[in-house]
Amino acid sequence: MRRVISVMLENEAGALSRVAGLFSARGYNIEGLSVAPTDEEDVSRMTIVTWGDDQIIEQIIKQLRKLIEVIRVTDLTEGAHIEREMVLLKVQAESGEQRAEVKRIADIYRSRIIDVTDTSYTLEVTGDGQKVQSLLELFDASQVVEVVRTGSTAIGRGSRGM
Amino acid sequence: MKLTGADIVVQCLQEEGVDTVFGYPGGAVLHIYDALFKQDRVRHVLVRHEQGAIHAAEGYSQATGKVGVGLVTSGPGATNAVTGLATAHMDSVPMVVITGQVPTAQIGNDAFQEADTVGITRPCTKHNFLVKDVSELAETIKKAFHIAASGRPGPVVVDVPKDVSAAECEFSYPSEVHLRSYNPTIKGHTGQIKKAVELMRGAERPMVYTGGGVVLGDAAEELTQLVRKLNFPVTNTLMGLGGYPGDDPQFVGMLGMHGTYEANMAITHCDVLVAIGARFDDRVTGKIERFAPHAKIIHVDIDPASISKNVEVDVPIVGHVQSVLEEMNQLADKLGAGEPARLEPWWAQIEEWRSRDCLRYDRDSGLIKPQFVLEKLYEVTEGNAIITSDVGQHQMWAAQFYHFKRPRQWLNSGGLGTMGYGLPAALGAQMAYPDAAVACVTGEGSIQMNIQELSTAKQYRLPVKVVNLNNGYLGMVRQWQELFYESRYAESYVDALPDFVALAESYGHVGLRTDKPGDVEGLLREAMTTDRLVFMDFVTDPEENVYPMVPAGAGLDEMVLV
Repeated sequence: MRRVISVMLENEAGALSRVAGLFSARGYNIEGLSVAPTDEEDVSRMTIVTWGDDQIIEQIIKQLRKLIEVIRVTDLTEGAHIEREMVLLKVQAESGEQRAEVKRIADIYRSRIIDVTDTSYTLEVTGDGQKVQSLLELFDASQVVEVVRTGSTAIGRGSRGM
Repeated sequence: MKLTGADIVVQCLQEEGVDTVFGYPGGAVLHIYDALFKQDRVRHVLVRHEQGAIHAAEGYSQATGKVGVGLVTSGPGATNAVTGLATAHMDSVPMVVITGQVPTAQIGNDAFQEADTVGITRPCTKHNFLVKDVSELAETIKKAFHIAASGRPGPVVVDVPKDVSAAECEFSYPSEVHLRSYNPTIKGHTGQIKKAVELMRGAERPMVYTGGGVVLGDAAEELTQLVRKLNFPVTNTLMGLGGYPGDDPQFVGMLGMHGTYEANMAITHCDVLVAIGARFDDRVTGKIERFAPHAKIIHVDIDPASISKNVEVDVPIVGHVQSVLEEMNQLADKLGAGEPARLEPWWAQIEEWRSRDCLRYDRDSGLIKPQFVLEKLYEVTEGNAIITSDVGQHQMWAAQFYHFKRPRQWLNSGGLGTMGYGLPAALGAQMAYPDAAVACVTGEGSIQMNIQELSTAKQYRLPVKVVNLNNGYLGMVRQWQELFYESRYAESYVDALPDFVALAESYGHVGLRTDKPGDVEGLLREAMTTDRLVFMDFVTDPEENVYPMVPAGAGLDEMVLV
């Protein structure tokens, strides 16, 4: 089952590679990983998207907690949560018809066009994995110049923090 | 007071009460060696290979319970230390290893003797640090000792660039260390402990299975109390031997791949299994589905990740084994140990299994049987020696035939299975206990993996007794080839062996050899009363196998017996 795990860890050199190394050394799956500092400058927050049966997920969480620099681990999928991913998408837009169509899709997906040339548009779109995926599927592979995805980041619903 | 980084390293070691460091000098650690030279509180033991330094520090730690300390240079010094670190990591040995590193300005530039030590050692240490500023050095070393010794212990590497050991800074050693992200649980959950004791009191076919955690956690006394109080049978893992007296009637021997018939059968048929400081390793469980299939399982361990990793348990208890066992003892005193007569049929069954005498071997052979050497070693040393071993058949025979009375008497590489561990570990143990009888049980394959340490033994006059069970084969490999590869002995016959007697003598030691069973005891007695290193080369039956044996992938009750 797919899980979204949030990890707070000391913002120290090597901490990221400890987590990544743990996943590869123990053969755990990893679909996405995003990390950045939090409001506390010495703490980073990492969102890991993984999958496995309950026993594997339990081990992943325990092994993450065992890392010396890890402060807190939460399986967000255990409760209500919100996931978001940002994608930057550069597509060919040459003919008038093509340009209009890209613009329409951008509007429907409430995405922004953040760069324009006379042959291309670059879109910024934010949403959960499903939304982002469905947008990407609207474009023919030959039309897509470049795709950059941040991977999922997530937060629990409600007033409480992690 | 301002000190150089090198002096700070040495001061920190002194503050931590370190009396012995095992190491090997090189360019990147020269400042630290200079600082060691100028003092006399921390003794340095010069090994002949960095792997030897780490194993010696492990042996020292396993024998004493103190943190073992190693010191090696950058690049090849650190990479040679890796096998030792991985060995200590698998067996949870508390260690601090200081590695030199090229100057910070050169890191990443492929400098001479540069290796990414923190990168390389990350998966084989509990934690590691690269110290980039001398002002962080003292606190980092304090953290390293704290992390190494607390929780589930393990090795910690502190990588110190040469310019950091040269730089000066004000020194003050922190009296304590706080890590918000690292707070191991000590006290077990009271409710869970109560549940466990209730289960034990009602058990009709109980079994206690303990591992290295009881030894590491200094909980042998508490364990012995509890097991005697409850009148339960007890088995130890390879790492757990000595955690319960091996000569006690309630002890049923080691369990697992080469465990006794009675231990493995009791595990298979028990109704309550109490696992303490053990981790359900594959060499212990055999086929998981057939491991203790009828039992409610209680598992006490300080490492939450060890619980329900391989085997789903019913009553998990996270905590320090000593603290949890103490509470269990109190509770058992209060509630009583349960109706004693209920255990009679179970003990009768165990005695029946025991009467199979699964460790028997041919005593009328004209060849020296390795088992016989170990029996005699046990007799001659009156079961009191500190025994180290290498890895292979001799290791299993030592575990089966030497009945360890106390914890920290049996030192071996159980998890990683590192050949070459035995001799340096014996040197470490002998450094810690100069007057103790220390014997290294080894084979002609393993001993050659770190035989250069005979030179270290000479330099420090360490009277270790090497018991070389020389059968001319990599015995365990040969055994598997005989049983599972139709006797195709691919590369397991070791041709061109050295003359071990002459070799020992060339290092300045005593060498003895025999191939006659009648000479074994005399030779051992002579060795044990000689105050020098004695290398005993026993030429043994080349075809002897270790039994019982649970074939890989089989259940514990599917043992092959002699």
